Amino acid sequence: MSTLSRDEVARVAALARIDLTSVELDRLAGELDVIVQSVARVAEIATPDVPATSHPLPLTNVFRADEPVPPLDRDEVLAGAPAAQEGKFAVPQILGEDA
Amino acid sequence: MTTSVDLVDYDEAVSRYDPVFGIEVHVELGTRTKMFDGAEQSFGAEPNTQITPVSLGLPGALPAVNGTAVEYAIRIGLALNCSIAERCRFARKNYFYPDVPKNFQTSQYDEPIAYDGWVDVDLEDGTTFRVQIERAHMEEDAGKNTHVGGEGGRIHGATYSLVDYNRAGVPLVEIVTRPIEGAGARAPEVARAYVQTLRDLFRTLGVSEARMERGNVRADVNLSLRTSPDAPLGTRTETKNVNSFRAVERAVRYEVTRQAAVLDAGETVVQETRHWHEDTGITTPGRVKSDAEDYRYFPEPDLVPIAPDPAWVEEIRAALPELPAARRRRLQGEWGYADAEMRDVVNAGAVELIEATVAAGASPAAARKWWMGELARTAKQQEIELADLPITPAQIGALQQLVDAGRINDKLARQVLEGVLAGEGEPEQVLVARGLEVVSDDGPLLAAIDDALAAQPDVAEKIRGGNLGPVGAIIGAVMKATRGQADAARVRELVLERVQG
Repeated sequence: MSTLSRDEVARVAALARIDLTSVELDRLAGELDVIVQSVARVAEIATPDVPATSHPLPLTNVFRADEPVPPLDRDEVLAGAPAAQEGKFAVPQILGEDA
Repeated sequence: MTTSVDLVDYDEAVSRYDPVFGIEVHVELGTRTKMFDGAEQSFGAEPNTQITPVSLGLPGALPAVNGTAVEYAIRIGLALNCSIAERCRFARKNYFYPDVPKNFQTSQYDEPIAYDGWVDVDLEDGTTFRVQIERAHMEEDAGKNTHVGGEGGRIHGATYSLVDYNRAGVPLVEIVTRPIEGAGARAPEVARAYVQTLRDLFRTLGVSEARMERGNVRADVNLSLRTSPDAPLGTRTETKNVNSFRAVERAVRYEVTRQAAVLDAGETVVQETRHWHEDTGITTPGRVKSDAEDYRYFPEPDLVPIAPDPAWVEEIRAALPELPAARRRRLQGEWGYADAEMRDVVNAGAVELIEATVAAGASPAAARKWWMGELARTAKQQEIELADLPITPAQIGALQQLVDAGRINDKLARQVLEGVLAGEGEPEQVLVARGLEVVSDDGPLLAAIDDALAAQPDVAEKIRGGNLGPVGAIIGAVMKATRGQADAARVRELVLERVQG
């Protein structure tokens, strides 16, 4: 049975932009491994005729009518932003990627 | 960004390599509100005035699916001859970028709403190319970044960016083709015609205004080369943001010539995202595939699955409008145009114009004559589209009715047309203002005939003697005297009466 390595935890943390200390990585690798192992055990028990369950509610087709609702007030919204200009959110320069 | 790149002449490249390409088209749906929330969406609104907690990804905000957007997606799927999923889910595509405030895009992953379809693409020479559709899935658009400090709003050299979230959450349908093989040297044309076909389809279906210049329809082009149609597929590049028909054609062409040069040099094509530059007509490498491409898709827990009732799907299918290709075939039959004539009309973008002109009372032949003749020449001179000429099908219909009523002949009609194009008013107004009406009163005609006969006594003598050959000379003189406003047939009758009577 596979185990979750410290490196994998570090990689997933980086993908999620979570900055973990070395101590946290060690601890989480152990804790997450328990979860992974537990899920693996469930997978062993589930037979192929049991579909994977992503949504426990027995609901489908919950649709909203295409009717507009009032928007948020822009000034109020931008007041909560670290920086704004010309009615837009100002964000730090985007590095390492292209638009 | 101007790095010199070796290119192989296009004809040379396609003589030695077989291009295989695929196209992803994103279309913004023309619903009133966004995909997952009730924020209104419309083009040109003030920045950040069409936002809700869902648009901004605020904590605790819950999405809800726009039923109309689902219906539009099904319409698109059906028009593309796809199967509609009995059940499908949304998924989170996780990545960090300022225009995606939730830090994930709500999309569909391995369960698209529509799959396994095809669409026939009519090419300019009248042949048809069938493009296989792999899938069409629903997702949401991102916000819009404006890079400040970079040259011309470009990201390079930008010091910071401004984000407008009006577009964040606008419903999109992404249509993905299977690898398109067998187009050979015509790959650029097929690519362009495919995107054009989809644009026409979106408009006909009423699911989007599909205005390229507003970014309603956007294309990404994947392309690879192989040494022969039997060889395994080569490494492909994906060129992003190819957002006009012409750009699609040029980008395919450019990548063929660039990749051919790479392969000729014995190197391998790098699998990468490339950016299309409309100004210079080239592509340049974009971000390198890395961890950033690990999207960690998982089913969207906040949205329950979609399981379209088959009866609903059939209802949508039954209500589909006549699709553009079928419509063209029907109109060709109704108008009695030859294949080549119809093809020219289609290529000139004149189908709707002629249809409206016929509706305004002109015969199909007359409508075609105007739009494909005088007006096509004028449009070409001015380097604009036919539809952008300052004249309407109704005006052409009215003009033709003046001809049919015998009030003007073809030559005068062209002068009236000129007046309408010059903004002098409706055909009737131009006719009156310019005094172009055919002279139908015999009085002035007889006077002109007498003058002509007097001026050419030898000709008059011959006619009197029964030689009708020189009648044309008299008619010509009369037409000249009346500045072309006489009915030539009537003039002939009158000349003969005068001479022989």
